Amino acid sequence: MIGALTILLVFQLLGEVIVRWSGAPAPGPVVGMVLLFLLLQGRKTLPDSLRATAETLLSHLSLLFVPAGVGIMQYGALLSREWLAVVVALVLSTLITLAVTALVMKAVLRRPPGVRQDG
Amino acid sequence: MARIGDIWVYLATSPLVWLAMTLAVYLAGQWLFQRSGGRAVFNPVALAITLLVLLLLLTGTPYTTYFSGAQFIHFLLGPATVALAIPLYLHWERVRRLFLPILAGLLAGSLTAMLSAMGVAWLLGGSPPTLLSLAPKSVTTPVAMGIAEKIGGLPSLTAVLVIVTGVIGAVAGPALLNGLRIRDDAIKGFAIGVAAHGIGTARAFQISGLAGAFAGLAIGLNALLTALLAPLIVRWLHLTP
Repeated sequence: MIGALTILLVFQLLGEVIVRWSGAPAPGPVVGMVLLFLLLQGRKTLPDSLRATAETLLSHLSLLFVPAGVGIMQYGALLSREWLAVVVALVLSTLITLAVTALVMKAVLRRPPGVRQDG
Repeated sequence: MARIGDIWVYLATSPLVWLAMTLAVYLAGQWLFQRSGGRAVFNPVALAITLLVLLLLLTGTPYTTYFSGAQFIHFLLGPATVALAIPLYLHWERVRRLFLPILAGLLAGSLTAMLSAMGVAWLLGGSPPTLLSLAPKSVTTPVAMGIAEKIGGLPSLTAVLVIVTGVIGAVAGPALLNGLRIRDDAIKGFAIGVAAHGIGTARAFQISGLAGAFAGLAIGLNALLTALLAPLIVRWLHLTP
């Protein structure tokens, strides 16, 4: 558990260092994720403890968003002025994004490249 | 014996109360969610946030005091993002075979998320800071805050918009995708991840491990792409303040 947490933190640290050093627009933890993935691919093994820790952390992923979400209380004034625009934009945009992403993937999946339609 | 008021004065300044409260309220939210038979409206994140905001308002506690305790939970977003490498590794074979649909879905989804949010808010009279804060709303919190800062939005407002987006995607996503006759868990997961980042991903893991892995992949890819595209789109729309 501690070993696994250390691995995750060290890779996050590596990601942050690379991002600062290179000035890449990518976020540090995402770079850390890519690096850890490459290491796992290279070694072709996944330690059980790392798998268990990752699964525990990811099964409670939604908890980790609560502290930032409570920040909504700071925006009472702005939201009382613009709540309609914000709420409608968030609801419509999220639904449209879900639909567009899924339908585009389905359409591309149906027509793999190099395979002509209708024989 | 100390009076209750004195104890509160001590506790109110220590990080312990709000750290414990965040966990307790989240567990209560999960309990309610399970008791409701997993009804999507009882989203544990939305319940926890609502309860905590009420508690803070009732006790007159400022958000900064709350966050000094809750930051320890917030910090785990980083290692959790790194941990997404594990489901990605476990499902890599499937990801590789779906390379082209993933690329197409990502590009379409990322652009749609930014443009539709800004467009709708603009039509309804949203102010420029609100529009800029909305642009990265489908990206995972820490990254979205960084993007908002870069393009001139309000990072802490963006964090809130990101979370509301996640809750909407988690609540409505599975039903909407079923309605669109999407049967493939890989596509379901990826769409939920692109539109609704980590909170959607938590929901996708309830559909299946495969859906969760694809949602996790989508979080990382959409974070990268939005970080690249958002500044360009903002410049193109002449929104830069």
